Amino acid sequence: MAVPAAFFAVFFAYPVAAIVARGLKTDGGWQLGRIADVLTQSDIRQVLWFTTWQALVSTALTLVIALPGAYALARFDFPGKQALRAVITVPFVLPTVVVGTAFMALVGRGGLLDALWGVRLDTTVWAILLAHVFFNYAVVVRTVGGLWAQLDPRQEEAARMLGASRFTAWRTVTLPALAPAVAAAALMVFLFTFTSFGVVQILGGPTFSTLEVEIYRQTADLFDLSTAAVLTLIQFVAVGAILALHAWTVRRRETALRLVDASVTARRPRGAGQWALLAGVVATVVVLLLLPLAVLVQRSFGGAGLAYYRALTEADGGVFLVAPIEAIGNSLNYAVAATVIAVVIGGLAAVALTRRDAGRLVRGFDALLMLPLGVSAVTVGFGFLIALDEPPLDLRASWILVPLAQALVGVPFVVRTMLPVLRAVDVRLREAASVLGASPWRAWREVDLPLVRRALLIAAGFAFAVSLGEFGATVFIARPDNPTLPVAVARLLGRPGDLNYGQAMALSTILMIVCAVALLVLERLRTDRTGEF
Amino acid sequence: MPTDSPTPTGSLLRLEDATVRFGGRAALDSVGLDVAEHEIVCVLGPSGSGKSTLLRAVAGLQPLDAGRVLLDGRDQAGVPAHKRGVGLMFQDHQLFPQRDVGGNVAFGLRMHGTPRAEQTHRVQELLELVGLPGASGRAVAALSGGEQQRVALARALAPSPRLLMLDEPLGQLDRSLRERLVVELRELFGRLGTTVLAVTHDQGEAFALADRVVVMRDGRIAQSGTPLEVWQRPADAFVARFLGFENVVEAGVTDGVAVTPWGKVPVPPDAPEGTRPLLVRPAGVRLVPAGEGLRCTVTARTFRGTHVAVRLLPEDAPPLEAACALRDAPEVGDVTGVEFDAAEIAVLG
Repeated sequence: MAVPAAFFAVFFAYPVAAIVARGLKTDGGWQLGRIADVLTQSDIRQVLWFTTWQALVSTALTLVIALPGAYALARFDFPGKQALRAVITVPFVLPTVVVGTAFMALVGRGGLLDALWGVRLDTTVWAILLAHVFFNYAVVVRTVGGLWAQLDPRQEEAARMLGASRFTAWRTVTLPALAPAVAAAALMVFLFTFTSFGVVQILGGPTFSTLEVEIYRQTADLFDLSTAAVLTLIQFVAVGAILALHAWTVRRRETALRLVDASVTARRPRGAGQWALLAGVVATVVVLLLLPLAVLVQRSFGGAGLAYYRALTEADGGVFLVAPIEAIGNSLNYAVAATVIAVVIGGLAAVALTRRDAGRLVRGFDALLMLPLGVSAVTVGFGFLIALDEPPLDLRASWILVPLAQALVGVPFVVRTMLPVLRAVDVRLREAASVLGASPWRAWREVDLPLVRRALLIAAGFAFAVSLGEFGATVFIARPDNPTLPVAVARLLGRPGDLNYGQAMALSTILMIVCAVALLVLERLRTDRTGEF
Repeated sequence: MPTDSPTPTGSLLRLEDATVRFGGRAALDSVGLDVAEHEIVCVLGPSGSGKSTLLRAVAGLQPLDAGRVLLDGRDQAGVPAHKRGVGLMFQDHQLFPQRDVGGNVAFGLRMHGTPRAEQTHRVQELLELVGLPGASGRAVAALSGGEQQRVALARALAPSPRLLMLDEPLGQLDRSLRERLVVELRELFGRLGTTVLAVTHDQGEAFALADRVVVMRDGRIAQSGTPLEVWQRPADAFVARFLGFENVVEAGVTDGVAVTPWGKVPVPPDAPEGTRPLLVRPAGVRLVPAGEGLRCTVTARTFRGTHVAVRLLPEDAPPLEAACALRDAPEVGDVTGVEFDAAEIAVLG
């Protein structure tokens, strides 16, 4: 417990506090008046309004599109189900930069739709909304579908036997059981879209800007730290509220539901209606999830075969001091280090949270661990630079800075994946071991560890994929001669010319493949449905 | 009569005023209990009477709020579960799902640092003992309920605990298997000289398995004695009803006769006097032609295999249950007379 708490204090709370203080504290003390100043600026209010409504619409759209998918994957048994489930999850672990790039290639200038029908969406909000659905489809399917698959169908049958119609049984038995999961998924999607950075940065152009993008602009382009600090605080409060709500719905979800093995609830679709639903879900996945990725891959070849990929191996001395291809090695090294940190910190936190005597304070820590998911990564990145640059913590020149920032985002995934599994370990199995002579540590090693080993691997995989794709913080702290893949992609996209564009596509494709491979390996491991993601 | 008279020497397990509270409710309420070496004691009681808590308190899984647990005369306060040297077989077995049968049975031996060769040998021996020779490599998920139960027993026996505790050992098995296993278990424990403390809600199981039965109610011990003593002389109305007897009423006993709602009833000569609960076993309710004795209407008859249970409703008195042979049983709606047999009547605490 002490280790994760210290980690968060030093590498999260301290940098964030430092940058807020830098922005709002002058010689004359705290400039709290700045908050009101900033809030009255019309362009800031514009940003706040846009951030909120695009998140709401994105969430609603994601629910509408993904809930049928959740149902189909939970209750239908069909050939290729495993593959479909894996495909759905790929977008979620993709770096936001890649997602933005892929949608650019699909709906942007010279994109696929432009070439076919002359349709361009990159100047409209639709590109952002679609990218958000693309990104969060898996969150809804996994969170809701995972529970749906484990609801005992006999509960509905019992209602039918008591005289309820098929629909009434669903409405009175299944829906209330599902509602907290739907709420939790919706809040998660809202959180991700509310704090969206990479996607909006690439697709939003000058017109659309979320809080996170605005914080980046104020910090990196305008050097207006006080405005950035106020915006950070606003986002902090909003995210805190969302997380509190999320924690509450999750707790409600943990109330005694009759859960059964997911493999016994699924059956073959029956009748034209069910087959049509399944076909619709598959079509949605193909058009919405696969098409952008396919276009991305196609663009990376351009008309020039492997020319763009070959160009990646050459340093041009302009954008990059080194060949872009070296970003792959950097990214992998950083991601491995970040994964180790995230698994150790997140694992310790999850074990502490599972202890039965965990008090209120510790349970509050649960929600606190989620904060890095929502607090501006830009703020964290910049905070690292200004807070961790003097003894005893002079890390500015150290390579460890990047993995530390990435691990912050990985820890919530580790905790979320490990917690349900750790909680599901029957206390009495541990008791059985202890009456057979196992000391508490031995009982943990002999009983818990083998049961959670698989979840641990999955958690590590998620942490790895998330670290690989982290952009907001890394863009600040990665040194110019050591860019990571997402940073390199963003830099290439920021330059004019076909060659740079093509290289960005090629590098994104490589990043996508690395993430997809990591995920597919995980899907093989995942025989049970563990965790929320 | 809460407990046995204490036997200061020779008792392997001793509870003194053991108390466990959950919230305001006492799950164990000043329980005193002694279990001698090689004795098989069965704790019998309805669900919620504190039986499982008793076992958990002895195992060290449930701390006491008051009182003491002594093993071999040594106070176990502060001794953690894994150092008490007692075995506990859980109600739902709690086999380790990630280990095979052999791995489960060997677990306790490994914890005690038994050499590997000896472990293998002992696992084989135990699996033979519980009737599962050669099952060492099987996955526990593939076992039937009865086989799981045998593996759980072998696992609990493996480290040779000085006291073996069983929580509803046969609860999940079907009746014929249960009846066979009870006999097997008793024989096995006798052969090994194991000291056993078992809890169950099934009186048939308790009577068949135990040297001594302890009946619990609301965290207290209601009666303790040999199966025969408990069956013949339930300590009070609760124990009698828990054992399945329905003909229990308040009666005024004087001079070998009890005044009951069913009229005057003869009682055994040594019966205590005064106002006390009185039990008439079904076999003590004799049917006589209508017009003689107590006039009753037959309201139900239930076939019980060896006899027929007949439910009788007297006028202005609680119903009575009688046991009679199939050919003598009256039909529902018949009117019959009833007389009582003093040998089948007990005046309770």
